[in-house]
Amino acid sequence: MLEIKNLHVKLEEEDKVILKGVNLTVETGKVHAIMGPNGSGKSTLSYVLSGRDGYEVTDGSAVMDGEELLEMEPEERAAAGLFLAFQYPVEIPGVGNMTFLRTAVNAQRKARGEEEMSAGEFLKFVREKAKALKIDAEMLKRPVNVGFSGGEKKRNEILQMAVLEPKMCILDETDSGLDVDAMKLVADGVNALRSEGRSFLVITHYQRLLDHIVPDVVHIMADGRIVKTGGPELALEVEKNGYADLLAEVM
Amino acid sequence: MVALDKSEVREGVDRETIETVKAMSGTYKYGWNTEIETEYAPKGVNEDIVRLISEKNGEPEWMTDWRLKAFRRWEQMEEPKWAMLNYPKIDYQDQYYYAKPKSMAEKPKSLDDVDPALLATYEKLGIPLKEQMILAGVEGAAETPAEGRRVAVDAVFDSVSVGTTFKEELKKAGVIFMSISEAIREHPELVKKYLGSVVPQSDNFFATLNSAVFSDGSFVYIPPGVRCPMELSTYFRINAENTGQFERTLIIADKGSYVSYLEGCTAPKRDVAQLHAAVVEIVILEDAEVKYSTVQNWFPGDAEGKGGIYNFVTKRADCREARAKVMWTQVETGSAITWKYPSCLLRGDDSQGEFYSIAIANNMQQADTGTKMTHLGKNTRSRIVSKGISAGKAQNTYRGLVSVHPKATGARNYTQCDSLLIGDKCGAHTVPYIEVKNNSSRVEHEATTSKVDDDQLFYCRSRGMDEEEAVALVVNGFCKEVLQALPMEFAMEAQSLVAISLEGSVG
Repeated sequence: MLEIKNLHVKLEEEDKVILKGVNLTVETGKVHAIMGPNGSGKSTLSYVLSGRDGYEVTDGSAVMDGEELLEMEPEERAAAGLFLAFQYPVEIPGVGNMTFLRTAVNAQRKARGEEEMSAGEFLKFVREKAKALKIDAEMLKRPVNVGFSGGEKKRNEILQMAVLEPKMCILDETDSGLDVDAMKLVADGVNALRSEGRSFLVITHYQRLLDHIVPDVVHIMADGRIVKTGGPELALEVEKNGYADLLAEVM
Repeated sequence: MVALDKSEVREGVDRETIETVKAMSGTYKYGWNTEIETEYAPKGVNEDIVRLISEKNGEPEWMTDWRLKAFRRWEQMEEPKWAMLNYPKIDYQDQYYYAKPKSMAEKPKSLDDVDPALLATYEKLGIPLKEQMILAGVEGAAETPAEGRRVAVDAVFDSVSVGTTFKEELKKAGVIFMSISEAIREHPELVKKYLGSVVPQSDNFFATLNSAVFSDGSFVYIPPGVRCPMELSTYFRINAENTGQFERTLIIADKGSYVSYLEGCTAPKRDVAQLHAAVVEIVILEDAEVKYSTVQNWFPGDAEGKGGIYNFVTKRADCREARAKVMWTQVETGSAITWKYPSCLLRGDDSQGEFYSIAIANNMQQADTGTKMTHLGKNTRSRIVSKGISAGKAQNTYRGLVSVHPKATGARNYTQCDSLLIGDKCGAHTVPYIEVKNNSSRVEHEATTSKVDDDQLFYCRSRGMDEEEAVALVVNGFCKEVLQALPMEFAMEAQSLVAISLEGSVG
């Protein structure tokens, strides 16, 4: 599904190298987790994959289903099936959640040469998705993320994921700022969307999210590289001993 | 965009209008020019031209004298310089003050006799066929009612009103809706009584020029207690080259009546700037209410600032009696220069004025727009919501005056001015003037300036929207309060216009 090879990235504005040769392959239908200390380059990886400005790729590639992501505009990556759940979802005052979602869905459909959804059709479609995720329909009427609590913002990201039906989902520190109950709700949403054709890359600092979203593979990232790869037990090891021991061992 | 959602589930919305709006793409959509034989008066303005315009309109002597008085006054006046606008000096003697499509000289018998170019113009404007016939002046066309859309239209092409639809049906309700030149002939008592009573001849340079040379415009009278059965609409288009358009609109809402009035404007692309100096006067009597909505989409000039309409407009509503109410809503996307301050004179006790505005300036456009709320009666209330959007190298100024007079005890005003900047070469300015002369009144003013945030754009793009869709979405959200104040069909058009007028503003 996603194959990242030798990815080197520096900041555009200053001479600071963040990713120093990331290699990672996420198979179709699998859930991979990336853990790592602060400043290891986890969030940068998610931004570079989704096409945010401000980064310069100096070497390497990221191929999704045979297509080179790094040459595409952010909206083209979205239409191709990539989705990033933001660590800090952005507020858009005055724009209803429903309008935002429909504009996004239709933009992607248009880009793929599919027919756009009518307002009526879409309303029904979204309501079903919201219901399946146990999200109050009232949330659809509110402006995008404006006045949302931390938990609501993250759940709104999961709703967007459900509606856009991507094949490759990146979750950037989705657990940050959430209490245990809110985290569990979000994790339930993600688990409901797990399927054979959909892959996940879950970026997190703490192991606790991985209690709820159980990964197939866990990677440890440090200083711009993947330094260790293993099963879910690797996350538990980090939880128990912290990053320091583990890093001392591999570096 | 919320209005868009509503409209698509709402019944009875004119599909044709929606389709037309949807079909809008590219840059300035209305930038074509109709090849119509046009009759011009000689260039320039003097007393003879003023007399000629009056004669062409078949006006009585009192009207000719009224114009001449204005013209003599105008000759003594100087163009105002206080606005934050920068444009080359206008040579008022290098304009045509009267242009008329030749085919209007005789009334056509059927559509076949109508100048096909004129019909093609209406078609491009998205006016349904039935109304095209009426507008083209086909005899008998007005008797059979059109289906679907229930908006009566008066179209002004260059200087001349080319026809008004739904006349008969409106007549049954007692509503008078006709061109002002007809009204001068047919209802002189009303015109004499109200013309110049809100915007006096001597009001300002542009209004005085308009008083002397206005060639046509719309006239509306709603009798006491009547709720106008449909929305009234005037469509203005400047076609001829080097022509100034000076239309005059007079609306009178008698006691307890109601009317919603829509105004739309377009002009072809020309690389020479064109002058537009209109006057709108609204008289509102006891318990009456008028809603006046404008979507102004005159040619803004090209990206280098060549050509475009210079729009100097005086619009004022006089809430003359108790509990009169007026609501101005404007969407200003076009014009190279906009100088426009739709105002409310709140004379009657408990009268109310509202002003909702979206002004978009892109590329080299300059807009200096706002409102004046003059509180004269007791417990008068006013509300101002202004949304200014600047992109490219444009300059956008909100200029507003809230004036509360000594006798206007208990008056209240709320003003909200928000500016949005796209890019780093444009400017937004807010110039609020507040004068309060009694101590029982309350005036509130809030202002914000923000930029379209890169994070917002990236968020939208990561969900699949391209950059322009993303900007349009964010800007429409910013303007939402004003878009909601527009009648449904206008709101649709306005949303598309917002998107179109900001094309190329990012990246």
